[in-house]
Amino acid sequence: MRLIPTEEQRELAATVRSFLADRVPMRRVREIAESDEPYDRTAWTRLSSELGLAGLAVPEAHGGSGAGFGEVAAVLEELGAALTPVPYFSAVVAASLLVTLDAKDLLPGVASGETVAVVALPDGSDGSDGSGGEAPVGRIVDRGEWVLEGAVERVPDGPSADLLLVAASTGEGRRGVFAVTADAPGLTVTPLASFDLTRPQARVELGGAPARLLGMNEAGAASDAGAAIDRTADVARVLLAAEQLGGMRRCLDVIVEYAKLRVQFGRFVGSFQGVKHKLADMHCVLEQAESVVRYAVWAADEAPDELPEAAAFAASFMGRAHFQVAKDHLLLHGGIGFTWEHDAHLHYKRAKADELMLGSPRAHRARLAEALGLT
Amino acid sequence: MTDLDEYRSRARAWLAERTADLPPDPGLAESRAFMADLYDAGHVGITWPAEYGGRGLTAAEERAFQQVAADFPLPVSVFGIGLGMCGPTLLSLGTEEQKRRYVRPLLRGEEIWCQMFSEPGAGSDVASLQTRAVRDGDHWIVDGQKVWTSVARQADLGLLIARTDPDVPKHQGITMFVIDMHAPGVDVRPLRDMTGESHFNEIFFTGVRVPAENVVGEVNGGWSAAVTTLLHERVSIGMGATRTERPASFAALRTAARERGLLGEPGVQDLLLDLYLRERAFDLLNARMSQEVRAGIQPGARGSVSKLLLADLTLGSADLASEILGPECLTGDVPIARALAWAPGMALGGGTNEIMRNIIGDRVLGLPREPQVDRNIPFKALKVGTQAKEDGE
Repeated sequence: MRLIPTEEQRELAATVRSFLADRVPMRRVREIAESDEPYDRTAWTRLSSELGLAGLAVPEAHGGSGAGFGEVAAVLEELGAALTPVPYFSAVVAASLLVTLDAKDLLPGVASGETVAVVALPDGSDGSDGSGGEAPVGRIVDRGEWVLEGAVERVPDGPSADLLLVAASTGEGRRGVFAVTADAPGLTVTPLASFDLTRPQARVELGGAPARLLGMNEAGAASDAGAAIDRTADVARVLLAAEQLGGMRRCLDVIVEYAKLRVQFGRFVGSFQGVKHKLADMHCVLEQAESVVRYAVWAADEAPDELPEAAAFAASFMGRAHFQVAKDHLLLHGGIGFTWEHDAHLHYKRAKADELMLGSPRAHRARLAEALGLT
Repeated sequence: MTDLDEYRSRARAWLAERTADLPPDPGLAESRAFMADLYDAGHVGITWPAEYGGRGLTAAEERAFQQVAADFPLPVSVFGIGLGMCGPTLLSLGTEEQKRRYVRPLLRGEEIWCQMFSEPGAGSDVASLQTRAVRDGDHWIVDGQKVWTSVARQADLGLLIARTDPDVPKHQGITMFVIDMHAPGVDVRPLRDMTGESHFNEIFFTGVRVPAENVVGEVNGGWSAAVTTLLHERVSIGMGATRTERPASFAALRTAARERGLLGEPGVQDLLLDLYLRERAFDLLNARMSQEVRAGIQPGARGSVSKLLLADLTLGSADLASEILGPECLTGDVPIARALAWAPGMALGGGTNEIMRNIIGDRVLGLPREPQVDRNIPFKALKVGTQAKEDGE
């Protein structure tokens, strides 16, 4: 079990960090958040094609660079720290699903970043959440031609998608993954007012859109993609945890710097134990969080048997931990942290949205409890 | 088979044979005999310099041995202070003569070491210590009192810090000494703690004569030496924890809850999940820090993170255990009652939780320090220990 990043991963993170500081500073993050643009297209093009990050975990034969989730996590930590408005998280999760389903023809476009692919799972997770919508269903209309009915209520990065990968029932308790383009007839993507200003969400009404069922077997019959969908949901939890780790670290860095500058009662506020001890506790959470994430990422790369438990563990730990640190970082700023102009609320809102994005915390805990034999 | 594999299998074979007929609760004589044999077999002081009795090998051999040794019950805890704290301090600060005189017997278990820093009036603020050493020709005369000293009753030697110049600010007038624990005027008394046992001792010094060559480091330079020793302590307390028994571990409590049919009870599952999250995150943090050490990244003050989390986990899990097990865990001689009684010690020994948070804030996060009102005041003018009482009269 490897719990420390490799030299290459550290260098990759440093490259991304300096690129983001240079090209996508908070000023730019706010500009995108307050515009109609779902993401920063310039930054996306440079990150995905010039730096080659979209296809990091895609095999070289399919246009990627054949690295692992460890490298993807290194990138995500930086994007989470900088709140960069690009659909990288969604794109790498989609790429992972396409690799699992061996969707060779779609991979090169996704790996190069030219196609922004986004996975639409009911409430982002496993459908157990009862999102209230009409769950997606795939239906054969004519000689192997499929259409999709129903809706997905909340799709993170939905407004950015060129290609949607929809998990839908194919009948008889089986699940399939369908590829449907964002401009397919009948499909409606409605951007939602999102609490997190830095990651857009959309409601996707499938409306009988023609779609392609992925992962067909040799005979062209629909095989059950349930295992691939579950694995992808676990990968998503682990990768989100890496992004959350980056967000936490940035929150702590920012508030520690502020505590060294802000003076009240004639002293730097960081010298007061009421502040210092809270910051020390936040650092302890960060040290644990980094360990949890390194382990979960290692499991995603090297230990598929451990992945379901590791993913439930990481999701249960990181949602709480990230929000706790983001919340305390905002509070320790004092009144300035409650202003619109200050960036603290952007991190606070991202942390809360992340905590719920792939299913409610109680769903993660329920999965973990089951994995640990507590039921 | 690599050299390291060969080393590992030799160590395993030796340990298996030598520990086979150890009594379940070895006494001091058995412990000493075991340590001497362990040393003679080449398994003590593996990375320590050969000229002073170590083996001069690398961290790889040390690690290999530790991995193998974790599977055997070694009766060596009485040597822990010497190996973990006093020895490393002597190696970095001791004179050539001191290293030649003390290191080999320390490694071989011929001389047991203790460490004497805390005082009744100097707990978190150790630098306000009042035990004094006054120069008298080629000796120093030590008078005062130390407290919370582990293994003092067994110890032959100890590291002491004492006030040698009360006319300068508190950090600048402290000196470290090697003390002969059998010398006249050294009075060791067991300190009964809240567990009902005596894990620690009080030590009274009355006119104890200490040869001048027993000064460790510079006269009046003892504070930085003490800080180095304490850093070793925190790292060893926090990171050693995975090997110790945990009566209130997640696994143990899950079994207990299952046997009692409690898993379906409201709240129990949540309590166990919370314990699991904390325990697992703590273990992973220790594993990660060990990997960092192997990669050449020293934990330094981050050892305080591990120590603080362990203190929290120890108390939290014992508390949780009592909630799951109910009244039965508090009657009779049961592990949970012992864990509950022992847990505060983990949060106080080696620095309180508040001091750990100060260290993390100051040295890991680089926050501005608390204004120190006593920084530039001569020690004798401070209201500390018995000096505070004198002032009130």
